[in-house]
Amino acid sequence: MNRFSYTRATDVSSALQAHHAPAAAFLAGGTNLVDLIKEGVARPERLVDIRRLPMKAIEPAANGGVRIGALATNSAVAYDERILSRYPLLSKAILAGASAQIRNVATVGGNMLQRTRCHYFYDTATPCNKRDPGTGCGAMNGVNRIHAILGTSEHCIAVHPSDMCVALAALDATVHVTGDQGDRAIPFDAFHRLPGDTPQKDTNLSDDEMIVAVELPAEEFVEHHAYVKVRDRASFAFALVAVALAIKLDGDRIDDVRCALGGVAHMPWRDREAEAALRGKTLTPAAVRDFASAMVRDARGRPGNAFKIELTTRAIVRAFEQASGQRLAASDEDRT
Amino acid sequence: MNTDTSASALDIQAPDVQRVACTLTINGQAHQFDIEPWTTLLDLLREHCQLTGTKKGCDHGQCGACTALVDGQRINSCLALAASYDGSSITTIEGLANGDTLHPMQQAFIDYDAFQCGYCTPGQICSAVGMLAEGHAHDAAEIREAMSGNVCRCGAYPNIVQAILDVSRSNDGKGQP
Repeated sequence: MNRFSYTRATDVSSALQAHHAPAAAFLAGGTNLVDLIKEGVARPERLVDIRRLPMKAIEPAANGGVRIGALATNSAVAYDERILSRYPLLSKAILAGASAQIRNVATVGGNMLQRTRCHYFYDTATPCNKRDPGTGCGAMNGVNRIHAILGTSEHCIAVHPSDMCVALAALDATVHVTGDQGDRAIPFDAFHRLPGDTPQKDTNLSDDEMIVAVELPAEEFVEHHAYVKVRDRASFAFALVAVALAIKLDGDRIDDVRCALGGVAHMPWRDREAEAALRGKTLTPAAVRDFASAMVRDARGRPGNAFKIELTTRAIVRAFEQASGQRLAASDEDRT
Repeated sequence: MNTDTSASALDIQAPDVQRVACTLTINGQAHQFDIEPWTTLLDLLREHCQLTGTKKGCDHGQCGACTALVDGQRINSCLALAASYDGSSITTIEGLANGDTLHPMQQAFIDYDAFQCGYCTPGQICSAVGMLAEGHAHDAAEIREAMSGNVCRCGAYPNIVQAILDVSRSNDGKGQP
């Protein structure tokens, strides 16, 4: 590990102040940051330890939903009674990610800020526009089985690795942040970014800002939801494709649908146009299949990851089956 | 051309290394440390305390060999900066037995032949003890899922699951005697 200084923050303002230094980084659970420092990918000169700040509470929010402190651990959220009973989709997504040891330490804020697991981002011997802007992209024509099919740029095809964030995107959560300019609230799908010309920036958080909490709206989707994660082994692996689906049904009519994809883009992927087109329709195999096709209409595959396009549509169909309890695959051959 | 070769220009000083004072209770005993900020909990246990039961496998949080219990919760000690755990209580594999009486989970791993080379075993046992305390895994499938953070390259998984199942069914269900 590179050498860095260490400061333990006692409150939010002292944490923000200590963070005003070249190459300073906040340390929360550290499960991603410490690993990145060991790999030489992150090279902070100062760590500001915020683990003890009072931001762990999971409590009722003024909007009728639930407010989750940024320092609540992934385990604390996944097994919280209010989350289990009101937002089971979030609980399932969190428990689909990482291992128990990591979930016991990793925080909600840290989960949102974790970096991609692109092999080239981690390998400091290769170029990477995210790690060292302007050096190029090794994944573009390299081993890109795990990479993005949606929203890529000519500079980066990395994917965001989180499961939790896919559920938070589907649930229309709000991110509360604080900084020198005061507090602000960011809609969840405006928090992460597409790579564009600045793949080194994963989020729209400013350098002087800190995540304080994530707020879930009152709407819960307890009855019809699913988190489908497709990966290379049954547990403790990142998603090739993940689908967080929340729907409201009136008989066979789809009153509302929210669908976020993981493992396919630089951020959890929502397509509000496709969702709007499905709203009000009858839940049939054809309607679901059309929706799934619409979700990937702009997808671009590469030799290593083109399989993800069809995999995504099948995972979406499976998510609708699980959420509705109905058989929706078109045929036995198409069993997803 | 700059020909300045005065002593000051060549005098390369070692950068000041910050030391962080912290107190950790390890296997019931309080210890004080004065450590470099980048010292992981795993290195502190192995190099500063000579508690080498906790193993360094991948050193990246992927194998679980470094699993220890911190304030009762299982964590990857390789990804924990020791300075951040000031005031915490750590239990390692060395702290599970009661004198010469093995912890039920240790005894079950022997009874069920739940290891071959043994390198992952301290992490498996600490993880299993932490898992039973969490109380979320009740059958073989749930145990396999909950233990997925512990890799065994000898492939002793079937017997590891049987050992844990046996402990979970006995005593108070949490592996406490």
